[in-house]
Amino acid sequence: MKILVPISNVPDTTTKIAFTNGDTEFNAAGVQFIINPYDEWYALVRALELKEAGKAEKVTLIHVGLTDSDATIRKGFALGADDGVRIDAEGPDAYFVAEQIAKYAKENTYDLIMTGKETISFNGSSVGAMIAGFMDLPLVSLATKFDLEANKATVEHDVDGGTQVVECELPLVVSCAKGMAEQRIPNMKGIMSARTKPLTVVAANGAEKLTNIKSYTLSAGRTNVKMIDENNMDELVNLLHTEAKVI
Amino acid sequence: MILVYTEINKGKVKKASLEAVNYAAKIAELTGSSVTAVAINADAAQLEDIGKAGAKKILSVKNDALASLDSMLISSAVEQAAKAEGAKIIIFSFDITGKAAAPRLSARLKAGLVAGAVDYPTVNGGSLEVKKNVFSGKATAIYSINSDIKIISLLPNSFPVKLGDNAATVVDFTVELAASKIVVKEKKSTDVAGMVPLPEAELVVSAGRGMKGPENWGIIEELAKELKATTACSRPVADMHWRPHHEHVGQTGVAIRPNLYIAIGISGAIQHLAGVNGSKTIVVINSDKEAPFFKSADYGVIGDAAIIVPKLIEAVKKFKVNQN
Ligand SMILES: Cc1cc2nc3c(=O)[nH]c(=O)nc-3n(C[C@H](O)[C@H](O)[C@H](O)COP(=O)(O)OP(=O)(O)OC[C@H]3O[C@@H](n4cnc5c(N)ncnc54)[C@H](O)[C@@H]3O)c2cc1C
Ligand SMILES: Nc1ncnc2c1ncn2[C@@H]1O[C@H](COP(=O)(O)O)[C@@H](O)[C@H]1O
Repeated sequence: MKILVPISNVPDTTTKIAFTNGDTEFNAAGVQFIINPYDEWYALVRALELKEAGKAEKVTLIHVGLTDSDATIRKGFALGADDGVRIDAEGPDAYFVAEQIAKYAKENTYDLIMTGKETISFNGSSVGAMIAGFMDLPLVSLATKFDLEANKATVEHDVDGGTQVVECELPLVVSCAKGMAEQRIPNMKGIMSARTKPLTVVAANGAEKLTNIKSYTLSAGRTNVKMIDENNMDELVNLLHTEAKVI
Repeated sequence: MILVYTEINKGKVKKASLEAVNYAAKIAELTGSSVTAVAINADAAQLEDIGKAGAKKILSVKNDALASLDSMLISSAVEQAAKAEGAKIIIFSFDITGKAAAPRLSARLKAGLVAGAVDYPTVNGGSLEVKKNVFSGKATAIYSINSDIKIISLLPNSFPVKLGDNAATVVDFTVELAASKIVVKEKKSTDVAGMVPLPEAELVVSAGRGMKGPENWGIIEELAKELKATTACSRPVADMHWRPHHEHVGQTGVAIRPNLYIAIGISGAIQHLAGVNGSKTIVVINSDKEAPFFKSADYGVIGDAAIIVPKLIEAVKKFKVNQN
């Protein structure tokens, strides 16, 4: 049983976002990059727990990106992933990224692919479902609990208006959300071994990009908060009605 | 021809689906085309609403296998509809089904996808340019879709629903489906009677660690009830089990964009804002005048929630009496 965990390389959650080149490119200068939180805390940590419980033999990271992502992949090694693959090409077009990952996964036969529910950079929630589409595999999205008995996965996941528990035979793609696992801090042994774990770089092949980003605009922040006296809630309600027109 | 996927939930066409039909109708107008909707197990009244939202034609699919909303099957049904109709643009809502079925269809049809559009596209020769939020709402980006077939999923609550008097032509449509590989064992509802589910809510009352403990949530629930709003909370509140997990909003929880978001005893950390800063109007109630949330608010009240919220409840009650 081998698990493939696609991870994305994203700016740290507290990053102040800026753009360059006439607002056509993200400005990465001075930005701290991390493993996308959903991929790390939920997909990867749960995959590692399955391995520790003897339910999986190997956890492989895969990333579509350029060499500046290698440090992020090695953070995943420090947490305990066995090895990693980087497909040497730029995203973020989800179709392109997913086709690359699906091709690799097909050639190297994985039983379980665990993605994050979305990246905090491009917020597409798309790559996992696309991988499932390319591989003609079932998908359980927004998984909050996952367990495995032999070849059968039991997954709790979010649906409209609630949650449901489903069963599905492997091979399977799951997108992981909060609840799957708890965040881990890498230990010294993990950090030491991260440097020597195998990271294979593969050239991209074939796939096309079907979308591209023409320009970015920073969201306008709110600048003038109107302060209201705590003894004048009538005024607040009145403003919500007449000025904001929301009630 | 613009194809749009619609879904029924609790006896009604989902609001997010009606938004998607409205959106498709507008794109049809922009491109000189018309809208065909795919409706799954819909009854006459539901089909009528889809027509009123702007569909000229509805492919009505009756198939029990689709009831579980397995995205593999939904995607396959929409794919068959798209092929039958020769659809070049396909619209989904960016809701739970749309997040799973639209990307799968994208892979199947080699169709470029913009997931979570917030505005109407502009037509630029053979490509569409579509705006969506990126970096968790800190910015927007214009994507161009260059493939022959194009898919857009629309972020819920981006536009108010408009129903006209259009009546659609309804056609029965049969789909061939492989058996679902997913077996549903158990369902748990998190719906609260009389409360709109959080992702669809237009009014939200949310509270954080400043409430001190779960026993103090009575006034939050009462305020929500008076406003007919849905309750939400910050992450630590859900983590400490003061409130159920489905109420957690923010970067790691649900992202929402209601018309009104009232944040009570929430500091306004960047990861919290990432899930709520798309709200039209934000009210912040916090005892610390330096709380970062005030910088992202439209209206602010400084003071103790335990004192202010009951006053706000009274004011809302008085307002409602005066309205009648
Ligand atoms: C990767 C990552 C993802 C995260 N995702 C999320 C997320 O999705 N959602 C989320 O919410 N957080 C998220 N967080 C956590 C976030 O950083 C904050 O820690 C969290 O939002 C704080 O919650 P809070 O505002 O309820 O609590 P606190 O920060 O403790 O703030 C409590 C507030 O209540 C005020 N207060 C105290 N007493 C009163 C009173 N009597 N009356 C009125 N006000 C009072 C205080 O002044 C303070 O501003 C994430 C963090 C990380 C690192
Ligand atoms: N460039 C990438 N390389 C590998 N995995 C990715 C990449 N981008 C996204 N993913 C995976 O797909 C998930 C959903 O991403 P997205 O569709 O971009 O929101 C992420 O949580 C990752 O698990």
